Amino acid sequence: MADLEKFRSETRAWLEQNCPPEMRKPMTSESDTFWGGRNAKFSSEAQRVWFERMRDKGWTVPHWPKEYGGGGLDGEEAKIVRQEMAAIGARQPLTSFGISMLGPALLKYGTEAQKREHLPKITAGLIRWCQGYSEPNAGSDLASLQTRAESDGDDFIINGQKIWTSYANYADWIFCLVRTDPAAKKHDGISFILFDMASKGVSTKPILLISGYSPFCETFFDNVRVPKSHVVGTINRGWDVAKYLLQHERAMISGMGERGVGRPLGQIAADSIGADEQGRLDDAVLRSQIATFEVDEAALAAAAERAVDLAKAGQAHPAFSSAMKYYGTELNKRRYEILMSAGGIDALEWESERSRGGARPRAWLRTKANSIEGGTSEVMLGIVAKRILDLPGA
Amino acid sequence: MALVLTEEQSMLRDSARGLISDKAPVSHLRQLRDSKDETGFSRELWKIFAEMGFSGLLVPEQYGGSGLGAVEAGIVMEEIGRTLMPSPFLATSVLAASALLRGGSEAQKAQHLPGIADGSLLAALAVDEGAKHRPLQTNMQAVRSGNGFRLNGDKALVVDGHTAGLLIVAARTAGSAGEKNGVTLFLVDPKAKGIATERTIMVDSHNAARIVFDNVEVDADSVLGEVDQGYPLLETVLNVGRGAVASEMVGLSEEVFGRTVAYLKERKQFGKAIGEFQALQHRAAQLYIDIEITRAAVLKALQALDADAANAASAVSVAKARAGTTATLAVQEGVQMHGGMGMTDQFDIGFFMKRARVCQELFGDSNFHADQLARAKGY
Repeated sequence: MADLEKFRSETRAWLEQNCPPEMRKPMTSESDTFWGGRNAKFSSEAQRVWFERMRDKGWTVPHWPKEYGGGGLDGEEAKIVRQEMAAIGARQPLTSFGISMLGPALLKYGTEAQKREHLPKITAGLIRWCQGYSEPNAGSDLASLQTRAESDGDDFIINGQKIWTSYANYADWIFCLVRTDPAAKKHDGISFILFDMASKGVSTKPILLISGYSPFCETFFDNVRVPKSHVVGTINRGWDVAKYLLQHERAMISGMGERGVGRPLGQIAADSIGADEQGRLDDAVLRSQIATFEVDEAALAAAAERAVDLAKAGQAHPAFSSAMKYYGTELNKRRYEILMSAGGIDALEWESERSRGGARPRAWLRTKANSIEGGTSEVMLGIVAKRILDLPGA
Repeated sequence: MALVLTEEQSMLRDSARGLISDKAPVSHLRQLRDSKDETGFSRELWKIFAEMGFSGLLVPEQYGGSGLGAVEAGIVMEEIGRTLMPSPFLATSVLAASALLRGGSEAQKAQHLPGIADGSLLAALAVDEGAKHRPLQTNMQAVRSGNGFRLNGDKALVVDGHTAGLLIVAARTAGSAGEKNGVTLFLVDPKAKGIATERTIMVDSHNAARIVFDNVEVDADSVLGEVDQGYPLLETVLNVGRGAVASEMVGLSEEVFGRTVAYLKERKQFGKAIGEFQALQHRAAQLYIDIEITRAAVLKALQALDADAANAASAVSVAKARAGTTATLAVQEGVQMHGGMGMTDQFDIGFFMKRARVCQELFGDSNFHADQLARAKGY
């Protein structure tokens, strides 16, 4: 315990000295997130400095092993880093699907050569990854995917189409589910493979969403040649890797529901709506919605903390991330419904400078995808019913 | 601190569960109800609670107790919630012990805490006056009289009020209803002249009483803590109680849920188990998630109480608010999914619904605590 307290005070001091003041302010636009990659651009000098200092300390991913560019911290230490960063409102220095999705899968299923090849480039922000999972006819029923990988000597030749590929147009590499055995049962003929998005035959097309943004793409593969050594895990056993990765994806998405930083919702609403003589929000019904929301938000934060602690203690149910994903995304949708109601007319402006280009309504519309992407709320409830509650026929 | 139980805490849970499920399953409550038991709980069982160190769980070792904290009290309350065992544990071992421990003089502690630890002294906290829990609105009058005070007023929902050998009473020595300043806590002998106690049989068949104080004289030594400055002490004691009741609701919710899921797997209609219907599967999954999230919030609050009870109010409000809505959902889904059987007195589910309703009201319902949180955040 004494060691941990020492670690905490050292961490606090280091962050105090190294996190630029600009990087402690709440993020207000998409460019505040640094994704890394071959074409990465920093939106400010402070963003560059913060990223490089954290990278050099191994703290873009504090809990990964040092030999792969991580910080080599154990669970307790990594929790302290998170807590101390949260305490000063420090932004994530690097956001990436390599960290939140591919990395955990590679650490579990990758060969040593694959880990050494890919993980250091993730922690150093050199390669930006995207996820090739969904297809036009494989959404909730993901395992029915049809993108084919046909054997040709030491390579696979890949043909097919993915959809809802987040930031495929900016990504350097893709981790992709492909069908390597069309004759097998649907879960048994899938492989998990990695390849360069600059490969011949790969093309992307952004999809315009209701928010006016295009975070997702259609991604096409036309005779893309990929070495068989790029398969992670066993050929035709990719579904195991896919499911494991989904647990991490769901945990990441559920985290969207607990962004308790920044100003409390009640105060944001009071600024816009005003207060009565007793200082209470001048919309009694909205006030009660916000209060109930904040109860649930605090409870979710405790549950997220507990989920990490349970995992550390070896007591976690592997399907629990589905429970957290369900609750976190539904909560985030509630947050934005409240924010829209609190903002009233001001939250309707779509293009003005004053509204930062309609940041709030666009973010509100974006949250509607939370309960769809990474497995719909209904799929999550089905997984809980089947794998945790063991209900028949689920 | 990790949000999981330590090994010692898990052992405490196992021994509490073993004892309570063995000696006091729901049929124990049913029997007390049907026989119109005068005491409302089993004194024999309370003796065993004392022997196992549960009655003095929060009492420091120097007074004969175990010197444990809110997390451990919550563990016992959760097991009580699973079988709805009527027990003096909440009123005596949690509320009264906390009040004496945090507000008592050395003499007061030496006089009362050993009796709580060995099970010989039962106590009750008298706070509520109106239909809803509003401690700040305390309006019972305590006027200086001779060497002490004279108490006048009515108290309601005094848990174990008719069996207590010691009352802890919140009254107003200054100021008016709605003000923090001017609230004082008193230790009162329930046999004192001018006290009339009416046992109120409640919907949940657990103990509660209305107590009328008519010119009750108490001496200056009966003040617990400081005159006029009792409100922070009262709030801290209530928060420990709220954490305990929230734990009881977690146990209650989980038990109802477990029984309901078992029923979904066993009950057949249209030629299959009703648990195969997606309409029920999704509702069961939602309830499971709700309970898990509430469990985390409650453990968080209990740990906050042990770390710094004076600053645990927000965490406790989150826990009590969540536990109330979760338990309400759990018992409603429980009855609905049991169909007509859930409506029968013969099935136990109804007992859980009734107790959940009382636990909601005890020390502030979900609305009260969400409102407290909003006030604390300034909106």
